[in-house]
Amino acid sequence: MFTDSIKNFSKHKAVVTDLGQQLTYHELHGQASQLFEKVRERCLVFCLCKNCVESLVGYVSFLSNRIVPVMLDASLKEEMLNGLVEIYKPRYVWLPIERCNELKEYYSMYSQNEYVLLRSKLHLNAEIHDSLALLLTTSGSTGSPKLVRLSYENVFSNARSIAMYLSINPDERPITTLPMHYTFGLSVINSHLIQGATILLTDRSLMEKEFWQFLKNEKATSLSGVPYTYEILKKLRFFKMDLPSLRTLTQAGGRLSIELQKEFAEYCLAKNKRFFVMYGQTEATARMSYLPYERVLEKLGSIGIAIPGGEFSLKDENGILITESGRSGELVYKGSNVSLGYAESADDLKKGDDNNGILYTGDISQRDNDNFFYIVGREKRFIKVFGNRVNLDETEQLLKSFITDCACIGTDDHMVIYITENGREEDVKKFISAKTGLNHSVFDIRYCESIPKNSSGKTLYTNLAL
Amino acid sequence: MNNIKKYKKIFIETFNAKENEVCQLTYQSTPEWDSVGHMNLITALEENFDLMFETDDIVDFNSYEKGIEILRKNGIEI
Repeated sequence: MFTDSIKNFSKHKAVVTDLGQQLTYHELHGQASQLFEKVRERCLVFCLCKNCVESLVGYVSFLSNRIVPVMLDASLKEEMLNGLVEIYKPRYVWLPIERCNELKEYYSMYSQNEYVLLRSKLHLNAEIHDSLALLLTTSGSTGSPKLVRLSYENVFSNARSIAMYLSINPDERPITTLPMHYTFGLSVINSHLIQGATILLTDRSLMEKEFWQFLKNEKATSLSGVPYTYEILKKLRFFKMDLPSLRTLTQAGGRLSIELQKEFAEYCLAKNKRFFVMYGQTEATARMSYLPYERVLEKLGSIGIAIPGGEFSLKDENGILITESGRSGELVYKGSNVSLGYAESADDLKKGDDNNGILYTGDISQRDNDNFFYIVGREKRFIKVFGNRVNLDETEQLLKSFITDCACIGTDDHMVIYITENGREEDVKKFISAKTGLNHSVFDIRYCESIPKNSSGKTLYTNLAL
Repeated sequence: MNNIKKYKKIFIETFNAKENEVCQLTYQSTPEWDSVGHMNLITALEENFDLMFETDDIVDFNSYEKGIEILRKNGIEI
């Protein structure tokens, strides 16, 4: 997938880190090949990701050599990691050196700087479908074993579409603000690597001085963020900063408030920068639509138009196509970036294409007269927290191991949890914050005498106040 | 309530921390003081002390101690 860049841009920098490391495309290829020499077979690998060189080398090595990585957060809780290892039984695990003793059935066989390659002591031989390229989690925080299966065609075609509508060229220098295991973060890396651009890799957060120094010193040209990133940027007085190198801002991972969209759009217009509002899902590799930056003020709140090669349609509750504007229906996407399907066990890795290029997004949408799309609701019970999907039913299941009964509802970045045990609000908050790794301020715990249910025991969520 | 008490109370509430441990807190030293916690802290301080931090104040604010220095710089007697 990256062979063209390695050939055409061999002397060009592929990556620069805030720790001062630099690799050309030739050197990146060299390190990736060294790692491949230790594996040399098509198999499943867990790749624990941080925004560091070793993690990138691992990803490039696996993807380029038909080794199938599951991209995971390097700070994933030990019990969740072990849970996933038990279910998927990867032959190898590529992880930071400090975590190398957490997996019992594995031994260390190779290291590259701060990362170690572990191999399973067991002889595992799960069958893997020929087109499977990599797997991503659907929800980082609830530890759900449900993964999205992506093909080589999915990853490559989506990267190409993104590179096309953002006009990515080899001079681009995106700075990482999102993790690599997260679909949006990975799409930034893919779409730039195929174009021979230079990734500015840092694990620093926007809240750290080192991040801004790195951005300025290395003249970053673009920055990507989820809605929460934009709230932080505003708080950080972004509009007063002098950042001449920064030409492009992209936003996805949930709906940005209209007010913030307008503010950022106006700022970018005045400063001759481009601001892209985009929409996607892991089930579509990453991206499904974008709002052309010239029209963002005119089409505030819209997710825009389908990416090059993609196509949207709307279906009503009976599956009938909606063609007129202003009527709501489920948003359906068609394109070569639609994932193969899900995996819930090692056995599912041999599955082929379940979706055939068509994705029912679960998002309720409308189109306007110019065929721009607007999301107006959601069919499924999940909220987005800092860009990540958090399934409310899974959260309830997690909680029920701790308390007798509960009900979770919420809006993006805010979850309300009703419990029936008076006085345990603080306990519950601590428990769920520790389990999900989400800041406690996300959770609003409320006591009620009993959870409202219908005669068949289903929770009546609409009877609960937000 | 005097300013240092007010300052301490904001730390305790924002990070779900115990009174005897707040003085040692630094950015990312506790799971609660992550980037989300940091934003909550900044917002709470701005509201309670009626001020607006500059970018440098926000990115320099990496410990309980440093925060006192930054508040002083912003004209708060603490």
